[in-house]
Amino acid sequence: MASDVTRFNIQTIDGVTIAKFIDNRILDEATIQVIGEQMYRLVDDHGFRKVLLDFEAVEHLSSAALGKLINMKKKMDAAGGQLGMCSLRPELLKIFKVTKLTKVFEISASVEKALKGF
Amino acid sequence: MDWNDHCPFSLLTDFQSSLTRLIYRVLAPVNANMSELIIYNQTFASDLHVSADVQKEIQELWQARGMSDMDLPDLQLALEEGLANAIKHGNKMDPEKKVTVECFLNEDIVRVVIQDEGPGFNVNEVPDPTLPENLDKPSGRGVMLMKAFMDDVLYNEVGNQLTFIKRCTFNS
Repeated sequence: MASDVTRFNIQTIDGVTIAKFIDNRILDEATIQVIGEQMYRLVDDHGFRKVLLDFEAVEHLSSAALGKLINMKKKMDAAGGQLGMCSLRPELLKIFKVTKLTKVFEISASVEKALKGF
Repeated sequence: MDWNDHCPFSLLTDFQSSLTRLIYRVLAPVNANMSELIIYNQTFASDLHVSADVQKEIQELWQARGMSDMDLPDLQLALEEGLANAIKHGNKMDPEKKVTVECFLNEDIVRVVIQDEGPGFNVNEVPDPTLPENLDKPSGRGVMLMKAFMDDVLYNEVGNQLTFIKRCTFNS
């Protein structure tokens, strides 16, 4: 399933697609472009409507990556689905707080806690 | 647990940042030539792949000097944001236009200067990305992130030269 989204580990629990980032650096433009396109496929091509993005492996994230996440959220909203995020390290969480994107995204401490919100 | 309950910056961190700004702006210009070392200087075409290589080289230099794991991610982020802005917004991805990056070290203070060949911009006119009407816009957060993670972020009058400064801990 979803063999064209190689930058994520995909699993499904209770009807929620958990997409776990493999990369620990989502900083440079080339990486962000590939990850963004693969992330959009989850909604556009695979039709997943409940997606949880797991950031456990991610150490670095740039503003360009935030842009892809915002577009992903818009896609999911337009499709009538739900997007969650979980397992952000403190330094990543700081990026979301500074930019006030904690108001835009549903962010949970762990996969287990996030699943309760779906 | 509500993540918003936590203040992103401690008062101590704010105080340290203010102190670094003060030291740099008041004292550093006086003895800049005496103790500030230039550890990297590179001019390259506006290409994001080349930029990735440059960032790797600079990161390795910082690591070789023992920069702490606390400071390195913040500087990597600022470097990525500064170079991406110079290439994308400053030089508009024009490969004929060059970006120059210089890294300096003055004891524990890291200073990075990034110059592009674009017309410049007024940093005060960048829309606030945290306003409700801008929250869902996919761009415009680079400068804000640099300001959040560095002790000081400055632009020249034209707006095509960025300087960011951070006091760091070095292990060796």
